[in-house]
Amino acid sequence: MTISLSILARRAGPLLAASLLALSLGTAASGAAEAPQPPRQKWSFAGALGTFDQAQLQRGFQVYKEVCSACHSMTLVRFRNLAEPGGPGYSANQVKALAATYQVKDGPNDSGEMFERPGRPADAFPAPFPNDKAAAAANGGKAPPDFSVLAKARTYERGFPWFVTDVMPFVGYSEQGVDYIHALLVGYEEAPKGMDVPEGTHYNKYYPGHLIAMPNPISDGQVTYPKTDKGEPVVPETVDQYAKDVAAFMAWAAEPHMVARKALGFRVILFLIVLSALLYYVKKRIWADVGGEVHGLQPELHKAY
Amino acid sequence: MEFSTLANPSATPSTAGDASLHDGSRRDFLFLATGAGLAVGAGAVAWPLVASMAPDAAVIAAGAPIEVDLAPIQEGQIINVFWRGKLIFVRNRSEKEVKEADAVKMSELIDPQADSARVKKGHEKWLVVYGNCTHLGCVPIGHSGPYDGWFCPCHGSLYDTSGRVRRGPAPTNLPVPPYAFQSDTKIRIGEEGPKEGKAAA
Amino acid sequence: MSAHGNTYVPKSRLAKWFESRLPIAGLVHSSFIAYPVPRNLNYFWTFGAILSAMLGVQIITGVWLAMHYEPSAAGAFNSVEHIMRDVNYGWLLRYAHANGASMFFVAVYVHIFRALYYGSYKAPREVLYILGVVIYLLMMATAFLGYTLPWGQMSFWGATVITNILAAIPVVGDTIQSLLWGGYSVGNPTVNRFFSLHYLLPWMIAGVVVLHVWALHVTGQNNPAGIPIKSGKDAVPFTPYATVKDVFATVAFMILFAWFIFFQPNYLGHADNYVPANPAVTPAHIVPEWYFLPFYAILRAVPDKLGGVILMFGAVMILALAPWLDTSRIRSCNYRPIYRQFFWVFFAVCIILGWLGAKPPEGGYVIAARVCTFYYFAHFLIVMPLVGLFETPKALPGSILESVTGPGKQVSGSGVPAGAAAAPSTKG
Repeated sequence: MTISLSILARRAGPLLAASLLALSLGTAASGAAEAPQPPRQKWSFAGALGTFDQAQLQRGFQVYKEVCSACHSMTLVRFRNLAEPGGPGYSANQVKALAATYQVKDGPNDSGEMFERPGRPADAFPAPFPNDKAAAAANGGKAPPDFSVLAKARTYERGFPWFVTDVMPFVGYSEQGVDYIHALLVGYEEAPKGMDVPEGTHYNKYYPGHLIAMPNPISDGQVTYPKTDKGEPVVPETVDQYAKDVAAFMAWAAEPHMVARKALGFRVILFLIVLSALLYYVKKRIWADVGGEVHGLQPELHKAY
Repeated sequence: MEFSTLANPSATPSTAGDASLHDGSRRDFLFLATGAGLAVGAGAVAWPLVASMAPDAAVIAAGAPIEVDLAPIQEGQIINVFWRGKLIFVRNRSEKEVKEADAVKMSELIDPQADSARVKKGHEKWLVVYGNCTHLGCVPIGHSGPYDGWFCPCHGSLYDTSGRVRRGPAPTNLPVPPYAFQSDTKIRIGEEGPKEGKAAA
Repeated sequence: MSAHGNTYVPKSRLAKWFESRLPIAGLVHSSFIAYPVPRNLNYFWTFGAILSAMLGVQIITGVWLAMHYEPSAAGAFNSVEHIMRDVNYGWLLRYAHANGASMFFVAVYVHIFRALYYGSYKAPREVLYILGVVIYLLMMATAFLGYTLPWGQMSFWGATVITNILAAIPVVGDTIQSLLWGGYSVGNPTVNRFFSLHYLLPWMIAGVVVLHVWALHVTGQNNPAGIPIKSGKDAVPFTPYATVKDVFATVAFMILFAWFIFFQPNYLGHADNYVPANPAVTPAHIVPEWYFLPFYAILRAVPDKLGGVILMFGAVMILALAPWLDTSRIRSCNYRPIYRQFFWVFFAVCIILGWLGAKPPEGGYVIAARVCTFYYFAHFLIVMPLVGLFETPKALPGSILESVTGPGKQVSGSGVPAGAAAAPSTKG
């Protein structure tokens, strides 16, 4: 593959160069008027080696539980997920106790009535509103989006050439969603002078179009994080930190098997590399019987005869 | 096709003049290692496919124990409950039925088992059994047949008031699910209580 | 299946008994073992095997996903998330299937451009080539249907836009559209039947692939020199030579595939498809999957609805006319100095069209898309016929062997007698 591409590039060299130039110019000319790009953050789970930081996921869950869950549902996440490997690392008993603090609607029972009972680990996180219409009605006409896969549902364009490098090993990047969520939470500020901010909307630097229905949801010190044994804070209790923690938690919620996925990926790719190396030599040995294989892709073009 | 070729180097033509490439053992090793690699790869591909057909996490989590309130069940009544999608009969037996079930001789039974081994001590009137015939899984009809137990409409198997098979083709008694009494009027189906667990061990 | 004679000789009595009743072993032997392969094939010729492997991957992962997927407007999105979260290795199956579609198209585009570069469409391989275009069309239909199944925003709006395209067909358009919808808009019946059709089409692809391979084994493979096999020294038996090369290339291709599955599983998708379908809100930038982008650019380059649809489908259909539009006597671009330059211009135009397809349809992008669309068709309708008439090709090598070694040189070892059989030595 790579060999063939490099040969292609050589043969089509000048043309490709010209078209790439055109591409980059075009990109520079376009995304000017849009919202600024969310600043890139450091995430423990970025890159091929990245894994979730358990303490951060627990803090993020705390922020979700104490602040966001008042309006945002997370219906695809079950309590039991919190105790599954690769996640926030709660114990099965902690999850059982946590689930039991919620009242969950169940039924119908034998007399045909719905009833409430304490939550079980198998239950989904209860939603703050019974349905989308109720959520919209209670929030000025726009339902707060569900958080379950939101970290994968939000992104921003990084443009050329980043969209090429973002997919590559070592320099790759796929954390645009959490960057955006973090930026949105820290992006509330005074509207620039002369900008009309209608009733029911709020100015946000990073929201596309800048006018977001959600008021600034969180402020410094609003959530009290667990302290160390000496009573010292582990991380600052600031909006910036809350935003990072809740975004990380949402990344886990959207992709609960990420750690297992990357771990398996390493083994699979290593295996495939070894197997193709073996196959390459097998092929060489076999072709030696008929005087060796043709080398290069286009011997006709390179042979000096 | 690839496998046979690779695993069997003698099947490849050996007409070339270059003798150094025919260093037997090294060549054999390379071919064997590659063949083994392909076989391992094929197995590794099959594994997730098979595993994905096993009960998933949601099904397993939904199979948690359930509680059944016995208070509303009248004497003689059989109620149906479901645990893990399986039908379970809970039967409130009369004293007479319990006595008769206890008195049956083991030699009369197809699958000999004492009634006392099928109920919890102190709660003998409560029979809790899976509700599918052990022949091919049909649901037997309660309070019918000569033993006043269950009669299976599919192939005519008969069960007594203890859920024991009395006439074939069913080979075994209706099995008893794991359960324990929480109180005199409440059972929890899905796991054995600590006492019974110890007694069994 | 092959025109090269059946040289398979069953050895055991059971094999003889069976072979005289169903000669399948002989068929496999003549098609995949003794079949003579030009010895100068380069790695571009392994993409047929890679494509077969990808078809297998897609069918197997698809059948397994169907065990958990729920084809309804209410249940589709959540059932996909159920696969991702709860099913054992469900995330692997789903990411393999989603990225497998992209890898399938990567391989098919290499395969198509290889055919165009080396003139594999020219006589006597016209039917073989047109069957390939049919497979490509079926692949596009399958990929489109599959993309609607997760029932996210892009699924829903993709289905809406494409079914509205079909409504542009004169007279029967509205009927076709309503038959596809099964209602007055894209909805529950649509996703249900799209699932059924998505499950059906891959088997049709598999069927046409059998015809494609059959046609290939009648005409024999083209090769980088574009000249036929003339003697046994020009060819090697398919097994083990081509087999081992194909297996190697396929496994190497799987490294790329695995990279996407395990480390960039959502790169080739759209974030908006993680938002459940909402008929009241259209995503800000609605674009198709990357492999449709050049055709999407052509569609949008035309200001007229019907005209755009005609040109978009025409862009695929015109591929099928290449055998008759190309007037050159020579197949391979390696011996066509002028046409080779035009080929690379065409290649670049396709890439640029793909990029334009992802851009908003405004200003300079539309003008660029129109220029490229014009060139795309001009390549087939003007360049192909004219260059073939006026170009002076380079001298062709005397034989395939000569194209590899140079004239007059000898190569050790023996190939196979042309058009006959594997060398006896293959029986070891």
